[in-house]
Amino acid sequence: MKLDNIYKEEKKSAVAKLSEIIITMASRPSGLIGLSILVFHIILAFISPYIAPHDFKAIDPTLMLQAPSAEYWFGTDDLGRDVFTRTILGGRTALTITFFGSLIALLWGGLLGIFCGLVGGKIDDVVMRIVDAFLSIPWILAMLLIVSLLGTSTEVLIPALGFFYGKGIVRVARAATHDVIAKDFIVSAKARGHSNFSIIWNEIIPNVRDAILVEGAMRWSWMLLGFSSLSFLGFGVSPPTPDWGLMISNARGLMSFAYWAVIAPIVGLSSLIIGINLTADAFAKALGIDRSTKAPV
Amino acid sequence: MLFLIIKRILLGFITLFIVSIITFVGTEVLPGDACTTYLERQAFGEQLEACYRRLGLNVPAYERYVSWALNAIQGDFGYSLSGEMPIKEVLGPRIKNSLVLASAAIFIGIPIALILGIITALWRDKLPDVAISTVTIFAMTIPEFISATLLILIIAIWLEWLPGIVIVPTDVSFLELLPNIILPVVAIAMIMTAHMARMVRSSVIQVMASEYVQMAILKGVPYWKMVFKHVLPNALLPAINVVALTIAWLLGGVVVTEVVFNYPGLGRLVIESISNRDLPTVQALAIILASIYVSINLLADLLTLMLNPRLKTLQIRK
Repeated sequence: MKLDNIYKEEKKSAVAKLSEIIITMASRPSGLIGLSILVFHIILAFISPYIAPHDFKAIDPTLMLQAPSAEYWFGTDDLGRDVFTRTILGGRTALTITFFGSLIALLWGGLLGIFCGLVGGKIDDVVMRIVDAFLSIPWILAMLLIVSLLGTSTEVLIPALGFFYGKGIVRVARAATHDVIAKDFIVSAKARGHSNFSIIWNEIIPNVRDAILVEGAMRWSWMLLGFSSLSFLGFGVSPPTPDWGLMISNARGLMSFAYWAVIAPIVGLSSLIIGINLTADAFAKALGIDRSTKAPV
Repeated sequence: MLFLIIKRILLGFITLFIVSIITFVGTEVLPGDACTTYLERQAFGEQLEACYRRLGLNVPAYERYVSWALNAIQGDFGYSLSGEMPIKEVLGPRIKNSLVLASAAIFIGIPIALILGIITALWRDKLPDVAISTVTIFAMTIPEFISATLLILIIAIWLEWLPGIVIVPTDVSFLELLPNIILPVVAIAMIMTAHMARMVRSSVIQVMASEYVQMAILKGVPYWKMVFKHVLPNALLPAINVVALTIAWLLGGVVVTEVVFNYPGLGRLVIESISNRDLPTVQALAIILASIYVSINLLADLLTLMLNPRLKTLQIRK
């Protein structure tokens, strides 16, 4: 009974803590802007299939490259498809894939980093060398190799992005673990004879969680950048899926006549990336973590 | 000190060794191989056998790796698939072009980043900082292909000031390349400058808050003397490493930018060789790009060591 109460109280305080963090984030103008953009995009991703005025893949040669009008708010593209419809649908694939990709990156990168930081020694050396090697392969080359090897379906892209963007989190998690590992409560947990698993779960994770979460939030925006670059280069999702990167790449050749077909997806993608970035920055500040001196690796 | 340098160089080589294994295995498991791609529908029987023999694909993978690695160390990456030219000759002009692009961006970017970073830090949360920081966030977060596309749309199409895409042959002279190169350089420099300016800013802010700077203020050292003598030397040192990592990270961005501007550099070669399944070239590119990354980092480490007397006696744990 008593334990039950304690458990409930902790649970409540976690929710309270979360809302406190969100309020702190929203109290700065940049955080408020970032959060609003992000929430807007997430809501849009959920409701866009129901509010889209036209069929995103309906090709109509008589409507090619029409300027914006009352019927076609953002004009039409080179195949006569409605740009407004395709723009509001264009973030769904990217948001879904990169969100789950970042979760995977957080999980494996965080756990491996904590493990390496805890055990140290030979295993740590070998793992970190391999992580360094992966870090020194430019992301674009690695991603291109992976997608030409395994294809570009969602089931491939999520784990591929998750794997590739997790390697930087290994370093952050390991460094954060190193910071707490010498503290008294770890030493005493070891002295009490706790298993490695129990030490990781009860002592280390609560202390390194913030740093890893912030890193994961930043990874999300980089992953979105990577994913849309792949789409832009023609190695991402395949047509006729509405996707911002793909739309920009298609409309680019004709932008001297039909700039609207390229501007609309540009605004969509840029605002989402900026929104995620500002939110991640505000999140880091609310948790008291300074990550502005870190390079994007 | 010497021991430290040697250790760093050795670690760099180990990293490159692992990279070479990763890319070799990575290209090895790609469906199809050089011969099936090259021969397409005639890929069976006699011809396939002959092709395997010609390219030496009939020996086990580890033997091929060893001979490939031994040649690669001497700068011989074998033959590319599509052009049937030595990869060395394909790479030469491409490397030169990319180097021109990257170094122009770096030489323009670093001074601007330093000035912007210092201004934003000294006028922290005042108007100059808010204005510049807002712009840098935009420049930093927007993907390369978007800023490049916007530059083409505004400068080349609407204002018609500069050519939008590069339509020169690969081995053109520097002077002919110059007008074509301005927009790609601006596109790359913009992102790089924004990243570095932000790092310089937070580095300067950290040093400004330190005790010895507070002490200097209390002692009555004039403001600008304090900035130049106490703050900047200490703030810029840690920035070197971060700047190096940023430059290395931008290698990926250079690839995308080169594609947007149709620039005949290494980046476009990456895309071309992967689309054509030109595996020998992909392997060579992976090693070269990784070497650039490793050597930039090494250079930054050594520079930090040399400039910081405190580190000479310290073991750095990385």
